Amino acid sequence: MKMYRSHIMICRGTGCSSSNSEQIAKNFEEHIKAHGLQNEVIVERTGCFGLCALGPIVIIYPEASFYSMVKPEDVEEIVKEHLVKGRVVKRLLYAETVTEDRIKSINEVNFYKKQHRVALRNCGVINPENIDEYIAFDGYKALTKCLTELKPQEVIDIIKQSALRGRGGAGFPTGMKWSFAAAAPGNEKYVCCNADEGDPGAFMDRSVLEGDPHAVLEAMTIAGYAIGGNQGYIYVRAEYPIAVKRLGIAISQARAYGLLGKNILGTDFSFDIEIRLGAGAFVCGEETALIASIEGQRGMPRPRPPFPANKGLFGKPTILNNVETYANVCTIINEGPEWFTSMGTEKSKGTKVFALGGKINHTGLVEVPMGTTMREIIYEIGGGCPNGKAFKAAQTGGPSGGCIPESKLDVPIDYDNLIALGSMMGSGGLIVMDEDNCMVDIARFFLEFTCDESCGKCTPCREGTKRMLEILDKITKGQGEMEDIDKLENLAKNIKNSALCALGQTAPNPILSTLRYFRDEYEAHIRDKKCPAGVCQALLQYTISKEKCKGCGICAKQCPATAISGKPKETYVIDQEKCIKCGVCMQKCPFKAISKG
Amino acid sequence: MKSIKDLEEIRKKTLDTINLRKEQSGIRVVVGMATCGIAAGARPVLMSIMDEIKKNELADVVVAQTGCIGMCRLEPIVEVYRPGEEKVTYVKMNPSKAIRVINEHIMKGKIVDKYTIGAEEK
Repeated sequence: MKMYRSHIMICRGTGCSSSNSEQIAKNFEEHIKAHGLQNEVIVERTGCFGLCALGPIVIIYPEASFYSMVKPEDVEEIVKEHLVKGRVVKRLLYAETVTEDRIKSINEVNFYKKQHRVALRNCGVINPENIDEYIAFDGYKALTKCLTELKPQEVIDIIKQSALRGRGGAGFPTGMKWSFAAAAPGNEKYVCCNADEGDPGAFMDRSVLEGDPHAVLEAMTIAGYAIGGNQGYIYVRAEYPIAVKRLGIAISQARAYGLLGKNILGTDFSFDIEIRLGAGAFVCGEETALIASIEGQRGMPRPRPPFPANKGLFGKPTILNNVETYANVCTIINEGPEWFTSMGTEKSKGTKVFALGGKINHTGLVEVPMGTTMREIIYEIGGGCPNGKAFKAAQTGGPSGGCIPESKLDVPIDYDNLIALGSMMGSGGLIVMDEDNCMVDIARFFLEFTCDESCGKCTPCREGTKRMLEILDKITKGQGEMEDIDKLENLAKNIKNSALCALGQTAPNPILSTLRYFRDEYEAHIRDKKCPAGVCQALLQYTISKEKCKGCGICAKQCPATAISGKPKETYVIDQEKCIKCGVCMQKCPFKAISKG
Repeated sequence: MKSIKDLEEIRKKTLDTINLRKEQSGIRVVVGMATCGIAAGARPVLMSIMDEIKKNELADVVVAQTGCIGMCRLEPIVEVYRPGEEKVTYVKMNPSKAIRVINEHIMKGKIVDKYTIGAEEK
């Protein structure tokens, strides 16, 4: 590789790609050539930096200047000023890095200050399509160490000592899983990677696959060595085209280097990996359904035991770990289990990646040590709710999780604390809700999702989620009765106890947790026929204030349902029978005389 | 098929070229690259500095550019920042002077006095 004095790192993760980062990269290449800098400056396409809200993001080294929301037409100015004359283009820098007397390094800004990147260590730093760059930052060092210095059992011991727990949802100890599969009889064993990331709002696995695919390949190979398996499968959603493409490139590069295939690094260990595409069924994230899908069967769960560690893919002992879990493995081997256990809480070690979404300023990916509080993540890193709105709840764990209210924000986050709060870690989706969100409506949204995604195999999930959704529908339409709350609680408990797989067992969580912390909102819908947040349309009423209305008639002109009538200079009136609750009148009233409630 | 030794070599070679993406604590060499600097020949100076760093495999040295320092008559100007030491400003540089600065100041810690701004202003 040539030596370049400056490296331009352009995010080509899904987020920035969708806002045209490829065009930005091409423009950089063009203008760099036009100024004759092609031997001094290199353009690299890289993975996600995490601050997706400010994308497309471009970082220029060695200064580490952090340009945000770059447009293709800004590129010429950056090349002329920054690259030719060495003058940073301040107006395009991420505003928080610019202070009066100097430009702050990116690690000093709030979004990154509290983060600790382990699983995301290479995302945004290397070009994921170049295996050499991965190798440069200690890539394939852990595999070398395992194959040449450690026995399979010693590898398992290290993972056990690190207390690494599954990052995909349930938090099962990874080392235990590996030791079960290693102890299971048989010569044919499989290593699978669950990249069927399905929680709405969670995208950390996608970012790891896009930004650092070799980290997953290397960890899977190590897992194969540890349990005595020679074949791996990555089950990834077909909706992740960039991740699938980069995985494919990474696998062929690893094969060319002899890091996959026969006699890896000249040892007698052989291992290979294939990709299997999922069609986007949520239930295929459940391990037995995923295994069925890889086998070419309909993706449906089956009762456990037998667990996959004993009887998994093709009836053989199989381990199945999630992408983020694998992304931690190599660093644990390189740095030692003590280093890993030095981070986190008593029972949850290391770091966790969260995908911040919803009503939050800094939408994106953050990785923090376990035990960080929700308040730190939402306010210090995430920048709080936009437009000065009041925070109401944070939803973790997607459709399997629950809502955490303001009063619980100072609880340190780990697997066990989240469960005690009635939610769960899940894959780490974190959706923030503000005063404008109706919690009954949120519960209904998640139930609609699980109801759609229920595979139909077991009755509690197939019928139970449907009945719960019907009751929630009734409540949001103002037709609920007080005993509906008891019915919901009763159904929820039964489904939790009797559903076949985790999809059904956790489907009631959004209802149970909102009932626990926001029961008053349910009661307002049922007793007062009101939606306090003003979301449930059937319960809304738009009214015109006598004091504020000047009788200009703009509302009547704008109303698409001709529901507003009145005479100029007198108070106008809304006919509630005709009103379709579109809210146009409220937006258009110049005197703010119309309110909803 | 790569051996463990091959991997080590790839690691070392690639790290030299991409190390500047990691947080740097070492020496910074800053070249003035405004219009005045470029007109006076800053670009060949910059290139020779880079070549010399590569040739000697100096991993912890960052080469950066800056704009006009305000002493256009003394361009090309090169500033050297060593951690914990005062900044040294070299003026009226050319490629061969730059190579000497790398060899003596960067590699051995010996300031090349006669190229510094202090010597020029006397």
